[in-house]
Amino acid sequence: MEIIPQAEQQPIRRSPFQGAGRFFHSLTAIIWKDLAAELRSRELLSSMLVFALLVILIFNFALELDAQARATVTAGVLWVTFAFAGTIGLNRSMAMEKDRGCLDGLLLAPVDRSAIYFGKAIGNLIFMLVVETIILPVYSVLYGVNLFKPGLILVILLGSIGYVAVGTLLSSMAVQTRTRDVLLPILLFPLVIPVMIAAVKASTGYLQGMELIDIRPWLNLLMVYDVIFIAIAFMVFDYIVEE
Amino acid sequence: MQPKPRLLTILDIVTIILFIAAVGMVFFYAPMEAVMGQVQRVFYFHVANAWVGMLGFMVAAISGVTYLLKGDHKWDIIGLAAIEISFVFFFIAIISGSIWARGSWGTWWTWDPRLTSAAIVELLYAAYFLLRQGLEEPDQRARIGAIYAILSFISVPLTFISIRIFRTIHPVIIGSGAAGAEGSFDMSTKMLQTFIFSLIVFSFVFADLLWHRIRLGRLAEMAENLRLKVLS
Repeated sequence: MEIIPQAEQQPIRRSPFQGAGRFFHSLTAIIWKDLAAELRSRELLSSMLVFALLVILIFNFALELDAQARATVTAGVLWVTFAFAGTIGLNRSMAMEKDRGCLDGLLLAPVDRSAIYFGKAIGNLIFMLVVETIILPVYSVLYGVNLFKPGLILVILLGSIGYVAVGTLLSSMAVQTRTRDVLLPILLFPLVIPVMIAAVKASTGYLQGMELIDIRPWLNLLMVYDVIFIAIAFMVFDYIVEE
Repeated sequence: MQPKPRLLTILDIVTIILFIAAVGMVFFYAPMEAVMGQVQRVFYFHVANAWVGMLGFMVAAISGVTYLLKGDHKWDIIGLAAIEISFVFFFIAIISGSIWARGSWGTWWTWDPRLTSAAIVELLYAAYFLLRQGLEEPDQRARIGAIYAILSFISVPLTFISIRIFRTIHPVIIGSGAAGAEGSFDMSTKMLQTFIFSLIVFSFVFADLLWHRIRLGRLAEMAENLRLKVLS
């Protein structure tokens, strides 16, 4: 008796137009997966956080952050801290997928590839924002500066989006190399320089109470960067994970 | 291995002659700049080097896109060749700019935004080589290399824009310069001719080197395939 493999007989339901609902569903599933894993292990957030605090501590001694110095360098210190802590998070989040073979599983799942990218990116963004929301009040208390200004929050949000958009893409590239842990910051930092410059300048502007017209160009640059790199990541992510 | 094409030999000779002519023009044809003196002569090749750098990075980005679309390894070889050449030329541009800065601004290096961004661009492409080194599988290396070439080329204008918003002291010879620029000058007709000629000559140098490098890249690919065949 001939046994015909059933799987090949059934028409595979894979219409190119799966609908926004389906996409959104797989997106939230991936984000939820990352959050659930993190809630159980807490290894990513805790290492990012401890590292961020250490960076601030080192800056304290290296720059002798007295009242006068603080007025000018606060934004710089904050953004360097976020960038360093961010690389740890990005590296870890992608290495986790690769080491345990989760990435292959994700790629085999019948979801849109871009849903994987956006899921990972939003997950990373959430981690980064969590770290930032903890660091900001800590910094405020330690140095007696009020960092809770709506403008600054906006800049941090825009800057983090740009950073994470490029960072997620590059970490998925770096994770495939032999020297992955070392490589990510080398690949990432020169690419996110525009974000760093713009974010530091705009943050300084808000902290020093500059006119909106002086801050505006930096905000525009941040938004343009975010849009461009999210669009490009969307286009090229397929090619990175292709086997 | 194909023998060296005759056209390439001709291009070699033409490039050498043009290059000698360009050196002659820079030293003997172009008039001496009144304020800065001899050191201004570095300007012609400085800009030409930077031009070749940018040209190559653009070629690499375009061949990166083509590689992703077509999947032909030829484009990977072209992209790598272009970035390798441009990396060197851009470095020369930074060094020659530094020499000029010593004469004009009195310092080898300032953290002027444009200088800084040139250094960033150089580091960006240094990372490209490190990335390729870490990848062993040829297809994967080509794909990821192509993507990185595209990403970095797109970030270059953004880096430069973030500099334009900054106040810069780097003179802008072509187009309108910032008011605070130091060492700016107006080009006379002879200077302009020398300048344009240098740009054309360096484009020839780029094309010639690119051709040689692509031939070398093909050989390297053949060698790698042979090695894989022996190993398997």
